[in-house]
Order: sequence, then structure tokens, then C-alpha cells
Amino acid sequence: MSARVIVTTSGKGGVGKTTSTANIAAALAKFGKKVVAVDADVGLRNLDVIMGLENRVVYNFIDVIEKTCTLKQALVKDKRVPGLYLLPAAQTRTKDAVNPEQMVALCEELKPDFDFVLLDCPAGIEGGFKNAAAGADEALVVTTPEIPAVRDADRIIGMLESMGKSPIRLIINRLRPNMVQDGDMLAKDDILDVLSIDLIGVVPEDESVIRATNNGEPMTMTLDSPAAHAYLNIAERLLGREVPLMDLESYATRGLLTKLKQFFTGGKRRR
Amino acid sequence: MDFLKKLFGGGNEGSGQKAKDRLRIVLIHDRTDISPQLLENLRDEIVTVLTKYMEINKEKIEIDLDRDENAVALVANIPVIRIKRGSVEMQ
Repeated sequence: MSARVIVTTSGKGGVGKTTSTANIAAALAKFGKKVVAVDADVGLRNLDVIMGLENRVVYNFIDVIEKTCTLKQALVKDKRVPGLYLLPAAQTRTKDAVNPEQMVALCEELKPDFDFVLLDCPAGIEGGFKNAAAGADEALVVTTPEIPAVRDADRIIGMLESMGKSPIRLIINRLRPNMVQDGDMLAKDDILDVLSIDLIGVVPEDESVIRATNNGEPMTMTLDSPAAHAYLNIAERLLGREVPLMDLESYATRGLLTKLKQFFTGGKRRR
Repeated sequence: MDFLKKLFGGGNEGSGQKAKDRLRIVLIHDRTDISPQLLENLRDEIVTVLTKYMEINKEKIEIDLDRDENAVALVANIPVIRIKRGSVEMQ
């Protein structure tokens, strides 16, 4: 076994890197792959919380690099899905505690035991990003349909290209089909036109993301929401399967029906 | 009928188009942003290449990126003193 090492990055913060990493990791494990999600955000760790494993963290990957513990000791096994592991970041250290060479060495150490190593990258373009990206072969760039997020994604894509990462693929997160249909949001193709990289998936805005974060359970574990469905599709595409894009229009239509209902009842719109 | 238009989201141009236009222009500028160091290196290398073929006035070279709303051009103004005859044949 030699794992594919994939960094999830975005430039801008708050667009859904950690949520994407957790959900794709869980989905790949559901498909029978052995996956480790590495929290590369030293000092501001959150992947443990999103995955609901925060109470089981003992060591972190800085401990592994500094040889305070073995790699095996630092890995947290997710008991809900076979084959899913978390390698946490240190919370009380800074990004300077690690350098790119050490990250490469860590990834090399993980590779033989896994099918996938997913690196959850911190926001920004400084040391933390460079560390996380150093160990990766491939990249997933997360953006939302807003100018600041797409602009930062463009910058990150340029940096990933110059680092030789390939393929670099785009996740458009938090798209609101209703707003796109009303012409009030950048559409998928608008973003692809300007960034000109391959799309690996579009994740619709979905309240269940918040519930999943509250519960500490990645959505792809329960599979009952549009966002879960979207992340599952992304995982399948990572595995090389041809999966058509979700019909987001149908969500928009539902929105329209809700609008009509709202019009006739004068009720408050719930979406 | 305004309420129907509003209801079905048609008629007026949404803010999405404006976002698209603004994004395009922002990216044109971001992608061609050049550091003074890079511009200096570029200038030096252009001079090296040009001096193989011609004598130029190095003091009066102007090289810069010229930006307008929709495009960016590299504009160079390089005074030539004389062409080195024979240099072409030498290549």
C-alpha cells in the first residue's frame, strides 16, 4: 500500500476546508479505503472536533516529529467507521514547530499503512500552508461562490501549480441553487471560467453541516443530507469513478415551491 | 406584475453578474502583479539579450506593466543607439 497524499486548502479561512476533509475522509473509509485525516493546522486545531474525536486525542503529530511518541500512539482510530483515523495537530504550539521537510517525512511514514492521507491545511499562504502542501502530491482547493474566496483560491492554485502538485481540483462549497437561479450568486461555471481548473464537486449550502458539527459526526457517516450526498460523490470521483454532478436545480425548484407557498400563505420562508 | 417578477426571480439583473465582472477584473490584476525585484531581474535579462544585437541606452530604459480595466500589457521603451551589424549572421 502506498497512500495518495492530498492536501485540502483554500487560502481564505472559513470556506469549509476542515468540514470537507472530515467528510471526504469518512466517505473514503465508507468505501472500504484506509484513510488518515491529518490536522495540519498547528495551534488552531479543529479537525478533531469536526470528526467528534476530541476526547480521544492523547498525542499529536508534533509529538511524533519530536519522537515523544510513536506514530501509532498518536493515531486516533474512529470506532464508527472501519479504516478511518485522525492524526491531530498540537494545540499549544505554533506553526513554526514544524518545517516542510518534517512534514514530507511524516507523510512518507504514513504512506505504507494507508490508501489515503488527507492533509487539512490552515488558512493563509504562509508557513502553515507551505508545511501542509509540502507533503502532498495532489490538492483539493475549496472555495465558496464569493469574490474574496475565489480570489484567494486563484492565488493558492498558482502556488500549488508552482510547487508541482497535480492534479489540483476544485470544490465549490456552500452554493445556494436558489440564489444562482435568481442571478444573485456566482454560478458554478462563472467560477470555473475564471479559475480554469477541474471541478471535483459542488456542495450545496445545507443546515445539516451545522448539525453535524454540533454532533461531532461527519455527514457522510449518516448520508441523509444534500451536502453528505455531495461529499460522497467527491469521494467517488477521487476513486476515479464517473459520477454525474448532483441536480442542484431540483433544490432550487424546491425553493421556488416554497416561495409559492410563502406567497399564498404569507408564511415565513424556511430554508 | 412586479410581485410575480420578484416571485420567480426574473426580470432584473442580479448581483451575481456584477460579482462575475468584478471578480474577472480583480483576477486580471492579481495575476499580473509583479514584485519590483522580479521587474528588475526581467529588465536585466532583456538588456543582456538586446545588447547581443544592438547598442542601447541603458540609462533611459523604461519597462513597466501597463494596466487598464480589461487587459495588462508589458510596455518597454528602449532607446537604440546602433544595431550591431554582423551579429545576426553570427548566430
